[in-house]
Amino acid sequence: MTCLRLVLIAVALGAMLPLGGCALQPWVKPYERESLADPIMNLQRSTLIGQHREHVYDVREGARGATGIQGTGCGCN
Amino acid sequence: MAATSLWRRLARLLGGFVGSLLAAGGARAVALPDNVGEAMAHVYSGGGVTASGPALLVRKNLGDRFSLTGSYYADFVSNASIDVVTTASPYRETRNAYGLGLNYVVRDSLITLVAATSREPDYIADAVNVDVAQDVFGGMTTVSLGFTRGWDQVGKTGEGFFDTADHWRYRLGATQVLTPNWLMSANFEAISDDGYLGNPYRVALVFGAAVPENVPRTRSSRAFQLRAIGDLGERNVVRGAYRYFWDNWGINAHTFEVGYARYFGKDWMADAFVRYHVQGGALFFSDNATSDTTYITRNRQLSSFDDVGLGLNLAYTAKTVPGQYSVVVTGALEFMKFKFSEFTDVRTGQLYSFNAVLAQLLVSVTF
Repeated sequence: MTCLRLVLIAVALGAMLPLGGCALQPWVKPYERESLADPIMNLQRSTLIGQHREHVYDVREGARGATGIQGTGCGCN
Repeated sequence: MAATSLWRRLARLLGGFVGSLLAAGGARAVALPDNVGEAMAHVYSGGGVTASGPALLVRKNLGDRFSLTGSYYADFVSNASIDVVTTASPYRETRNAYGLGLNYVVRDSLITLVAATSREPDYIADAVNVDVAQDVFGGMTTVSLGFTRGWDQVGKTGEGFFDTADHWRYRLGATQVLTPNWLMSANFEAISDDGYLGNPYRVALVFGAAVPENVPRTRSSRAFQLRAIGDLGERNVVRGAYRYFWDNWGINAHTFEVGYARYFGKDWMADAFVRYHVQGGALFFSDNATSDTTYITRNRQLSSFDDVGLGLNLAYTAKTVPGQYSVVVTGALEFMKFKFSEFTDVRTGQLYSFNAVLAQLLVSVTF
């Protein structure tokens, strides 16, 4: 139930974003994003390396999630 | 049987999603990820455990709207961890994981559907992931929503599969361009588990006597992570991340990571990072319980401890043919140290600690 509430809040916030755009214009133009497009600026440069690193932490630490990386479960605990 | 039901679920989801998305159609601004083929060799060694193996990933566009991803991952595990050497015999086993994914682009959205399965002799984990990322605000903001449903079968050598565990993961996130040189992201994930969540081989200690561990059959956790990455000039890139985690087993955890990356010449890129994780223990963790409780575990992963990691990634662009393909070789190395504050080595009575190393060698072809 709590999770459903969170998803509904997220959807509501997402729906409000275009309305916010009426008052606030994007301040970084597409032609100013050369630096951001460089591969060195990727938060995750390789899917395989990222997934494997996350798996190593997942099976040795008690914390999990919110990393933006999805793997599969395992009986590694 | 489990695999068949997984593929049936995938087929149902695929049918529903692709059907509704094809109906949406329209112009689009988001591009599919690049075609890529990756092969990786990996090894983790630490605390008496060595896990190594290959991993493969191929992603290929089908037209300008769809791409398919296939992946394979193997772990050849040799386990002589402190749990194993103090209560059982060292063993070897293999884990194979397979994934099949579909990306679909419609207007400013990227929809990803992935089915994955992980197979060990005594554990099977199947999962289906659905993720949607939507560019808004002139491409400066990307909002993402995702859901994973997992079905596990839990077994034990000599007994076969005797129980199940179900998982639900709900996630949402946003990535925001802050300036021409900085961006940040925020991610939240809620996870619920239901079923057999312990380890049938592990024992706990009560008044010094070994008893089977008993953990609750449900768990609910939340995690929130903030990340930022910025170019300080001439591609001197710094990044930082912080994650806070909490669950209803009483675990609270903080994870920090900072890194620095730069190019050396036009072909080499280096990335160095430090990662620190600290957590409190679960309410029912006890190194050697002095009272009889319903739930009891001696799983050190659920105890209070910290670990620090120091890592270096080196990427070398071996060949680039503009407009056709590029080949990048990446080597990654991370040294870790785990220090436990409650869990002791029963052989010495001292608090347990161990060092570990993680190495990865990746060849990536973008075409």
